[in-house]
Amino acid sequence: MEQEQYKTLEQQVTPPTPYLKNAIKAFIVGGIICTIGHAITYFYIIFFDFTEKTVGNPTVSTMIFLSMLLTGFGLYKKLGQFAGAGSAVPVTGFGNAVISAAIEHRTEGVVLGIGGNIFKLAGSVILFGVASAFFVALIKLILVSIGVAQW
Amino acid sequence: MVIVFQTKPSILANGAVAGPLEKKSVFYSYFDSIVEDERWNQKTNEQGHSKMILEACEIVMKKADIKNTDVDYFLSGDLVNQMTPTNFAARDLAIPFIGLFSACATSISSIIVASLLTELGASQLSVAGASSQHNAIERQFRYPNYYGGQKPATAQWTVTAAGYALVGKHNPEYPSVVAATIGKVVDYGDTNPFHMGGAMAPAAFETITTHLKQRNQKFHDYDLIMTGDLGKIGLQILKTMFVQSGIKQDELQLLRDAGAEFYGEDQAFLAGASGAGCSAAVYYSYIIQQLKTGRFKRVLLCATGSLLSPLSFQQGESIPCTAHAIELTME
Amino acid sequence: MIFMDFLIAFVVGGIICLIGQLIMDFGKLTPGHTLSILVVSGSILSGLGLYQPLIDLAGAGATIPITSFGHSLTQGAFAEAEKHGWVGVLTGMFEVTSSGISAAIVFGFIAAFIFKPKGKVN
Repeated sequence: MEQEQYKTLEQQVTPPTPYLKNAIKAFIVGGIICTIGHAITYFYIIFFDFTEKTVGNPTVSTMIFLSMLLTGFGLYKKLGQFAGAGSAVPVTGFGNAVISAAIEHRTEGVVLGIGGNIFKLAGSVILFGVASAFFVALIKLILVSIGVAQW
Repeated sequence: MVIVFQTKPSILANGAVAGPLEKKSVFYSYFDSIVEDERWNQKTNEQGHSKMILEACEIVMKKADIKNTDVDYFLSGDLVNQMTPTNFAARDLAIPFIGLFSACATSISSIIVASLLTELGASQLSVAGASSQHNAIERQFRYPNYYGGQKPATAQWTVTAAGYALVGKHNPEYPSVVAATIGKVVDYGDTNPFHMGGAMAPAAFETITTHLKQRNQKFHDYDLIMTGDLGKIGLQILKTMFVQSGIKQDELQLLRDAGAEFYGEDQAFLAGASGAGCSAAVYYSYIIQQLKTGRFKRVLLCATGSLLSPLSFQQGESIPCTAHAIELTME
Repeated sequence: MIFMDFLIAFVVGGIICLIGQLIMDFGKLTPGHTLSILVVSGSILSGLGLYQPLIDLAGAGATIPITSFGHSLTQGAFAEAEKHGWVGVLTGMFEVTSSGISAAIVFGFIAAFIFKPKGKVN
């Protein structure tokens, strides 16, 4: 059988990706996680003296602490299978990527195992975030220097 | 290429061991032992994997009332890098050992080599088979076990199980290996590691077709043709390929897949079971038992394997696959 | 009005996640690729001055998705570049504490000593 023929056959038999269902699940779960985060910001503003500008840090830290618990008890994995991007895109997903790698590689020791592997999944986010910020700032700086833009 | 065994080596004993999740398997009652801790109470998954192999081999030897010193060769492999768990188990077994890597087809390739050594007269008794441990393989090939990734409906679950057989000189009271086909590597350009069934089906088609043609046989010469771990979707693809090549529906009923049936209808396991331990545990428990009781007289066991590595996937390569088959009869 | 506040957070957060899901499904990309695309998008939107208004509108709906990492890092670089020019572009990014990254590292380290991975099925 030719490769082209096989590809057609394979496509006919394989169930298609449930695009709509996945999108709806991602929307709902992502929305819920952000809503929980929103509730936490209210909590910090009301009961502690954080302002709208400074509440971001404790909120994100709290969310990641929660993601540690969910990851450690194997619950984030179930959430991820259901929600896809709905659980991967929020910072809790970033936390899950780092924490699950750390837990998994404990067997190789603290230095080489945890230390060497903790950013296996999340490293690309940090790399691209930093690199992107660098280039965007550089471009802005150039534009400001030649008088086209302002800070 | 098809090998015909003139001396018809026999499978004198068999053993299958599985982990706690495999209690959900439809083949559960055929396994010799189910362990509560998937790590076999060891510190790491890989050490647990090793202990599982040891336990399965010890069950096989106990059933045949022999010791490791009576065994000439140990032929086996697994999916972990450099087959580490099997290497360490081989150290503890202290039997002359050659490691084999045919991915999930190792369950059959090891029996083929053992049968060749027996036919040659170089081996009186050999232990052969394969195994897989879910956690160790998941973290190596895919993601850390607690990572919240989303798997598609075509993905399969790697089983924690080991299946081994004792291959020796012909004995009419036991199932015998009469022929075998060593498969070529087939690559139809599939690149999706979450759809192994689709990648492996062409290899199974090629090996089964070659075996039947060179042996001058048809589907109806067999009571069962069972592939290793194509999964529910891979099995459908294979059946469609056979239909397109002229096989009839009544013949297709004889075609089954260990991976597709392993966990029954439980949707949580997506397209079914996979792993070297999947075919090994089912073949060397359920199949052997059915042959011994006379329910099956002639079977073709065709295990499939995906020959990719985590690196080849990252480097954008496709997934080359292979399939090896043995023909077992019971007189 | 507090309800409206929460609703907007829900909708905006949900939409960003939905975009991520579409990138993964249609683009056939891994989560790693998808998140990298989103963090860069956050950084670019931040550079164009569009991300802060989104935060003002949606609160946690914009600060919780990974896109906000891109925003924080870019704003940090901007703040320092404004003050110190060329050198500021490099030093600025880590001035703004990325609490997300620090928290993930610390909790990951702690978790590694408390939890042992099991093969759980869904």
